[in-house]
Amino acid sequence: MVVGQEVTRFLLQRLALGALVVVFASALTFFFVNLAPGGPASVMRFDVTAEQREALIKAMGLDRPVPQRYVEWLGAALHGDLGSSLLTNEPVATRIGDRLPNTLTLAGSALLISIVAGIPMGVVQALRRGRAIDHVLSLVSAVGLAVPVFWLGIVLILVFAVSLNVLPSAGVTSAASDTLADRLAHLVLPAVALATTILPTVVRFTRSSTIEALHEDYIRTATSKGLAPWTVVARHALRNALIPVVSAIGALVPRLLGGTVVTEAVFGWPGMGRLALEAAQGRDYPLVTGLTVVVAAIAVCASLVVDVAYTRIDPRVRLS
Amino acid sequence: MSRFGIVALVVLLAIAALAIAGPFLWTIPPEATDPAHGLAGASAAHPLGTDELGRDVLSRLLHGSRVTLLVGVAAMLAALFIGVVVGAIAGWSGGWLDALLMRLTDAMLAVPAFFFILVVITVLGTGVATLVLVIGALSWMPVARVVYGETLRWKVAEFVVAAESLGVPAPRLLVRHILPQAIPSLVVSATLGVAFAILTESALSYLGLGVQPPLPSWGNMLQRAQQYVFTAPALAIYPGLAITVVVLAFNFLGDGLRDALDPRRRR
Repeated sequence: MVVGQEVTRFLLQRLALGALVVVFASALTFFFVNLAPGGPASVMRFDVTAEQREALIKAMGLDRPVPQRYVEWLGAALHGDLGSSLLTNEPVATRIGDRLPNTLTLAGSALLISIVAGIPMGVVQALRRGRAIDHVLSLVSAVGLAVPVFWLGIVLILVFAVSLNVLPSAGVTSAASDTLADRLAHLVLPAVALATTILPTVVRFTRSSTIEALHEDYIRTATSKGLAPWTVVARHALRNALIPVVSAIGALVPRLLGGTVVTEAVFGWPGMGRLALEAAQGRDYPLVTGLTVVVAAIAVCASLVVDVAYTRIDPRVRLS
Repeated sequence: MSRFGIVALVVLLAIAALAIAGPFLWTIPPEATDPAHGLAGASAAHPLGTDELGRDVLSRLLHGSRVTLLVGVAAMLAALFIGVVVGAIAGWSGGWLDALLMRLTDAMLAVPAFFFILVVITVLGTGVATLVLVIGALSWMPVARVVYGETLRWKVAEFVVAAESLGVPAPRLLVRHILPQAIPSLVVSATLGVAFAILTESALSYLGLGVQPPLPSWGNMLQRAQQYVFTAPALAIYPGLAITVVVLAFNFLGDGLRDALDPRRRR
């Protein structure tokens, strides 16, 4: 049972570290927003009377020192209260909660596409190293890394929504027919566009780690004892090659979440990314702060999931 | 260097030449509007057509290339500066300062930078200088890691220990003896950094939070183009193609330089 304890300790360590990252993100955001010139303190910019200004300063607690306000904010945040949106006066937590499922659906689908398409592409490249298919896929990955997501989105709309007219270009669902098939059709283009933010990196990682694994002694042993090539690759090479790929995917999640802002803007997807854009345009400080913290928390949770997966596929984590 | 790397270098030099000389050779002002001839197709007067306000697309692309490339390079320099300072101090000092700075670097990498960028722009507003600083302030982490690794590696080298025992002060040791060892890695990081900065700038400008019209940048040219994607699809094609080509070239150049400068990776 020592093994179980080791895993628990490893995961608890990761959990504590993740919590620290979220606190760090919230502190960075909160202090920046409240100390930088042009923050909420410049409610003076708002076109209001002196009394209204006083009321605003009182309401937002701007008359108290920033560290004190941060501690209060953090305490409230731990109870699910992220303050109120300046633009709509609704609780920030409610506004984020309304959008959260859409963003998770979009980012989750994009992640799934990256894994399901990216790993086989990388493995094929590794197995056919130096051949035409390897070069073609390398070039595709390089282009994928260079294409701006929003432009790819516009091009996808141009091809599939305008020219071919086979997929919808905006929104989560059609007002007329809100079926699962309709929702999936709406998801295809944004998910594919968002997936390109990390797919090429997944392919590259898989390729290089598979090539490395194929050079190992145990692969030569497996081949020389007469195992079928397919068994050697699937049972011996891939299992080891995928370990670094899993941790790379964990490290790519922040990039994927960052990509939701642009993707949701292009496809009119009502998620957290577009909410963040509205918050930035409307200078809604509580909202943009809350969003950043929630997104950081999502990224941290994703990396915890990766850590759990890690303990499953890499026995060394369990034993060491 | 690899063939791809050399081709990329040639492409980038050609684009730089166009950015410098283009606006002198193609003299239609990028801000000149002509609403009567908006959304026009290609013609002798406007080889790439006009946008919704009748502005010449070729002229806006040429002027936009200056803005896009300058912001990209400036943001990369900002990231390089912060990354070198953080990495060198952490690597040289060791102890709690090392732990603090490198955990900070890890934490910055663990949270989605694009949301932080939105936070900064919410507070500071839009502007070219803000854009450069914010992209730099949120993309220095890979540089810091590279410099940190090189500093750790070289601070125990004999020539550094010798210089130290002669009484050379730490800042001078870092600048004269250790950082020069990191130059090859930094050249690679810088090249890839420009690509990242250009992608970030164009995304922000597309969202209306970056370079503000009438000043053209490749990103903000795409901002309005999406509305006209049904009537004038070409408007959306050129700037995006330009961004893709430049970013691709910087990435290929970076990869080519890495292979050329680091023989261990050649296999």
